Amino acid sequence: MIEFRSVSKRYEEGALAVAEVNLAIAPRAVTVLVGPSGCGKTTLLRMINRMVDPTSGQVLIDDVDVATRNPVQLRRSIGYVMQNSGLMPHRTVLDNVTTVPILQGVSRTQARARGMELLATVGLDASLAKRYPGQLSGGQQQRVGVARGLAADPNILLMDEPFGAVDPIVRRELQTELARIQSELAKTIVFVTHDIDEAFLLGDQVVILREGGHVAQMGTPTELLANPVDDFVADFIGRGDESKHLRITERNGTRLVVDQRGRVAGVLAAPEQAAEPHPSKREGGAWTG
Amino acid sequence: MNFLTDAIAWISNPALHEGANSLTARIGEHLGYTFGAVLIGALIAIPLGILVGHTRRGAGIAVTFTGGLRALPSLGVLILIALSVGIGFQAPLATFVIMAIPPLLSGTYAGIHAVNPATVDAARAMGMTPLQVIFQVEFPLALPLVMAGVRSAILQVVATATLAAYVSGGALGVYIFSALARRDYTQMLAASLIVIALAFALEGLFALLQRLARPHGTVVLPVK
Amino acid sequence: MDWLAKNWELVINLSWVHIGLSILPVVVGLAVALPLGWVAFRYKRVGRFLVPASGLLYTIPSLPLFIALPVVLGTSILDPANLVVGLTIYAVALLVRQIVDALASVSQDVRQASVAMGYSSWQRFWRVDLPLAGPVLLSGLRVVAVSTVSLVSIGSVIGVTSLGYLFLNGFKRGIPAEVFTGVVATVIIAFLFDGALVLIGRFAMPWKRKVTS
Repeated sequence: MIEFRSVSKRYEEGALAVAEVNLAIAPRAVTVLVGPSGCGKTTLLRMINRMVDPTSGQVLIDDVDVATRNPVQLRRSIGYVMQNSGLMPHRTVLDNVTTVPILQGVSRTQARARGMELLATVGLDASLAKRYPGQLSGGQQQRVGVARGLAADPNILLMDEPFGAVDPIVRRELQTELARIQSELAKTIVFVTHDIDEAFLLGDQVVILREGGHVAQMGTPTELLANPVDDFVADFIGRGDESKHLRITERNGTRLVVDQRGRVAGVLAAPEQAAEPHPSKREGGAWTG
Repeated sequence: MNFLTDAIAWISNPALHEGANSLTARIGEHLGYTFGAVLIGALIAIPLGILVGHTRRGAGIAVTFTGGLRALPSLGVLILIALSVGIGFQAPLATFVIMAIPPLLSGTYAGIHAVNPATVDAARAMGMTPLQVIFQVEFPLALPLVMAGVRSAILQVVATATLAAYVSGGALGVYIFSALARRDYTQMLAASLIVIALAFALEGLFALLQRLARPHGTVVLPVK
Repeated sequence: MDWLAKNWELVINLSWVHIGLSILPVVVGLAVALPLGWVAFRYKRVGRFLVPASGLLYTIPSLPLFIALPVVLGTSILDPANLVVGLTIYAVALLVRQIVDALASVSQDVRQASVAMGYSSWQRFWRVDLPLAGPVLLSGLRVVAVSTVSLVSIGSVIGVTSLGYLFLNGFKRGIPAEVFTGVVATVIIAFLFDGALVLIGRFAMPWKRKVTS
């Protein structure tokens, strides 16, 4: 379990990026930090692997304060996936994926075998292993980024807007793929995004942050949609957005879901089709039509 | 064109190629200055450039420093040093090291600085130590610009090394300065052509090396 | 500093000569390089040849160049024209590439917009491309100015008087103060040139000024 205890961060320029945050992040689940730009979500994420140290307060992993741990060792034990993948342009795909195991002293042959397995896990063809990142599409690079994050078999995977820079169709593909991987591996994933739809799609728990680094509300997507604590949360999750107020109507014998203006948002699924998809997708489905 | 045929005749004179003061020996001295000064300059400037580029601190000072060094007139510096340490090879070598530092420093600094910060960030996030970040990520990616710095330092020194002879430091300038004293234009021109040919040869060689230094996978260099 | 007190008039006179010899190559070099750079940028096939060719000119060492030029120009070896033409060649060599880079630095969007608004290509060059290429061009011009000022003194070896005279004379007579004065005066002139270019840039490109609020 990851725990934030009254954590604050003030940057040298003086602005408070994170203000007295208390959070408990459940193990083996996806927790999404979501909020507008400047809400401190990335800062919070980067405190977990000590890329940023808090000005005050503590961050604990399994009851151990990360401040007591060597940052280099700590980072090697935690997977990290970032926007634009951050792959090393001068190393092949496979060399990128095996970087951390090799830093940890795993033999090259072993690391490579494991790397090839991981490429398969993230849905990449083995023939891409010898390519350089510059020779891949944005979506493929992002998959390599995920494989690299998983390479040392970490318990924790930090993801900082990993799908922010790819086009919507590829993003949807990557989101689905991540949900599938998580259903197999069950890691503790902390995921940062500014896209509330992505948060509801992937998150078991969603933490909504507001500017200045305050937690506005935390809960499952259902809880947040049902009981937003204030106008900011209601607004942010789109309660006020008429395209999200849906009702069922019947046209030409088909049951449709339409928004307040009468525009079609989707088709109402038959009950047996809707039965129990993956938990992280349960709430998202109803909202994205 | 008479001058040119005379100059070629001067170069092909067999007497020029014999003994301790042969043309080959002079070229050797010229190359010795060039590689010696660039090597010493690199030992000073490359670590400094890595430090400035890696920490992203002191860039302003580095730019002013290299700008100041570039403004120094090589002949004046050479003579000033020669007046204090005496004639011979030390004063030219010291001068050429000073000439070699600005391109080496700014090439290294610019190369490290141009590495995508996201790549460096990712390397740190994966748990690379600062030294691993420098040697496995920043320096390999900066290598093409470092080599560009080496190339222009070589060019700078090979051109300036002609002046060594003015303070009795040998090298190819010997022919030029003795000819200047005797107003022997043929020899002046012949020696000049040899220096120019040497500069072109080194330029070609280092253009090739610079191309080889480009890491695989970086198709287009990030310049700005 | 005794030496300077007795000879300050000589230093001032030589400084003026030095400045005169430095300005000409920079101005002429820019005037020649501008059209060449534009052609190299506009017609990539020409540029592929022109840019490396100009780069090659820069690899010619200065003293040998000054000595070889009389053969090409038909001048006498002592003619100051050799020095000025030689330095102009360096200026052109450096500036052609820089102008191509400068024009390439202009945002393609802005260029498209100016075409869409109906600028002719002549108007576009003077009112859009050149001003926006200004910052990169200026940085190249500063390098050229500083290196020209420091190279002028080499001319004294082949008899073209400048501050370089103080180096040779000081060496012959063993007066370090004279040589030192020459070095310092050269560096000061280089910085003055550089400062003047920065000021011109600030005046000509007000949009690059930092807004202090």
